[in-house]
Amino acid sequence: MEQHNSYQGSAKYIASLELLNAVNVSVALNRPLLIKGEPGTGKTMLAQSIAENLNKRLIIWNIKSTTKAQDGLYVYDTVQRLYDSQFGEGDVRDIGHYIKLGKMGDAFVSDERVVLLIDEIDKADIEFPNDLLWELDQMEFNIFETGETICARHRPIVVITSNAEKELPDAFLRRCIFHYIAFPGEEAMRQIIRVHHPDLEQKLIDSAILAFYKIRELPGLQKRPSTSELLDWVQALSIGGMDPEKIIKELPLPGVLLKKDQDMNLMKHRFGTVDDLPGKRNIPGFRRV
Amino acid sequence: MFTDFFYTLRREDVKVTITEWLTLMQALKLGLAQDSLTGFYYLARSVLIKSESRYDAFDRAFLKFFAGVETPPQVTDEVLKWLENSLPPLKMDPSQKNPLMDWDLDELRKQLADRLEKQDGEHHGGSKWIGTGGRSPFGHSGYHPAGVRIGGQSVNKSAVKVAAERAFRDFRTDETLSTRQFELALRRLRLLSTTVEGEKDTLDLDATIDAIGRNAGRLELIWARSRKNRVKLLVLMDSGGSMDPYQRLCGRLFNAANKSTHFRDLQFYYFHNCMYEVLYNDPMCQRRNAVDTFELLRRYGSDYRLIIVGDASMGPGELLRPYGSLDWWAENEEPGINWMRRLAVHFEYSAWLNPIPRAHWNMVEGAYTIGVLQQVFPMFDLTLDGLNESIKALISKKSAKKV
Repeated sequence: MEQHNSYQGSAKYIASLELLNAVNVSVALNRPLLIKGEPGTGKTMLAQSIAENLNKRLIIWNIKSTTKAQDGLYVYDTVQRLYDSQFGEGDVRDIGHYIKLGKMGDAFVSDERVVLLIDEIDKADIEFPNDLLWELDQMEFNIFETGETICARHRPIVVITSNAEKELPDAFLRRCIFHYIAFPGEEAMRQIIRVHHPDLEQKLIDSAILAFYKIRELPGLQKRPSTSELLDWVQALSIGGMDPEKIIKELPLPGVLLKKDQDMNLMKHRFGTVDDLPGKRNIPGFRRV
Repeated sequence: MFTDFFYTLRREDVKVTITEWLTLMQALKLGLAQDSLTGFYYLARSVLIKSESRYDAFDRAFLKFFAGVETPPQVTDEVLKWLENSLPPLKMDPSQKNPLMDWDLDELRKQLADRLEKQDGEHHGGSKWIGTGGRSPFGHSGYHPAGVRIGGQSVNKSAVKVAAERAFRDFRTDETLSTRQFELALRRLRLLSTTVEGEKDTLDLDATIDAIGRNAGRLELIWARSRKNRVKLLVLMDSGGSMDPYQRLCGRLFNAANKSTHFRDLQFYYFHNCMYEVLYNDPMCQRRNAVDTFELLRRYGSDYRLIIVGDASMGPGELLRPYGSLDWWAENEEPGINWMRRLAVHFEYSAWLNPIPRAHWNMVEGAYTIGVLQQVFPMFDLTLDGLNESIKALISKKSAKKV
């Protein structure tokens, strides 16, 4: 596919070949792209990167547990209209004044093709995706109150992310192109760190990555550290001026990577390297044998 | 040929629908497979597969179907020797890739055999003879959309190779589970109602209109309670010795159920191998922490959903004979099976989760009692698939009552 409007990844975002493929397939077929993956693997970043690379505007619809499908289309502010009618303000006769388009509505009426990110769709109610089937398929919806039909002028590129908190309905899945972002391997990880922290020492990065995977592969971790945590860690290590040699041996600043007490204990237990009580050595009478 | 692939997928339990298949065909027509098997692999996967837990099944089906593409039949050592002195790998510009879609395995094999016959020495970098770094369909480190790799390392990673790695094996749902997966599954166990107490946070439209009417048009908003889950859950766990190997797994289920805050009520009790006239409050199954089973039946109405977790493996006597209990103080005049039946009749919805994989049920030591208890409770194995099935049984009566 050598069209110039195909997605190539962007400077700040390392996308695997499979991911590029999936994005381009979804753009070419005009189907929503459903992205799943562990937290911290850059699902939301992907939409930003697509928008940047294809030079399109990005509209983000953040889904919360209380979000209804209708919210994304339009909201009819009945209460405001009733108040206005009581106090004689505004043009009450024109219902259109009280209709506000939601994020999806915005994406439809936009003058150019946009990228619409529906972020964390699994946060909403189980029925939520089903309520959007028609709108995503036909890219149009009716405003019941005015009888107006909002039809997409340019079909937006729809990216949907999910953390797999809830199973999505089959009917919805059938219409999507699916891609699972696998956790990056060491080589890909090296590239990702390069992109975010271009002037770090190679040695530091190498040993940080080695230590990171060592921790990540610990069996029984409750929350495995992810890419974004590694990026923070690398930065913290470099600010702290850590000696690359020591990183693997001592695993400093584990709090950046592990967020749960049990995980921390597990690591201490397994590697026995975390010096959480540095003063202990100085207690009189305490001597290592 | 491709339609066969469709059925291969279905046979591997990948539920591909016609709609998705047609989408794939449309994508192929648009040239989105980039005329390579690898491209086709990724394209088909992203269009047909909608869950990472199915990636592995897809890989298996793909392997089965395209397996022959990689290993050709008659390759002699001599040919392999030609390939040893190789050129550096050829990285192809995508635009140069041969848009040849009508490749055919048999045809390719015939050509290979033909060329094996005519070729008499090493040949590298060309586009016809067996060699390295070229564009001939035969050899390695080269590129041909439907090439046959002979030895060497894959550079332009072949699709069959990728499928063979089966990197997504971990995500198969018939593997046993993590706490989080348990939680997700349990979350589906819900029935909504409006009767319970809670925040009044949704607008009651009818009542509002009514109130405004009575106020002669002055605005008044009436709020109602939103719907809440009304599932009540009773979990009975086997803590007998034979359950020790499954402790971690059951511990995870316990954690997950405990963490799910969405149940209206959640109760845990324990039993040792089989249930009799008493059940226990703690996993140690100590006498002083016992609860009368009849008392339990009185306390928890038939609307509680009953989940029993246990390996259902015991001596037949423990289940079927009076005074069969292993505990020396037990006074069970009735055989355990009667108690089991009593529970099954009392609770309208029940399910038995067995940590032993279903495939082993009729081979393990407890096969006999597993069989007997399957007659009493719908039994499922403790995998993601099994758990999902059991939750269906706990929601709808149709699948619940097998007896």
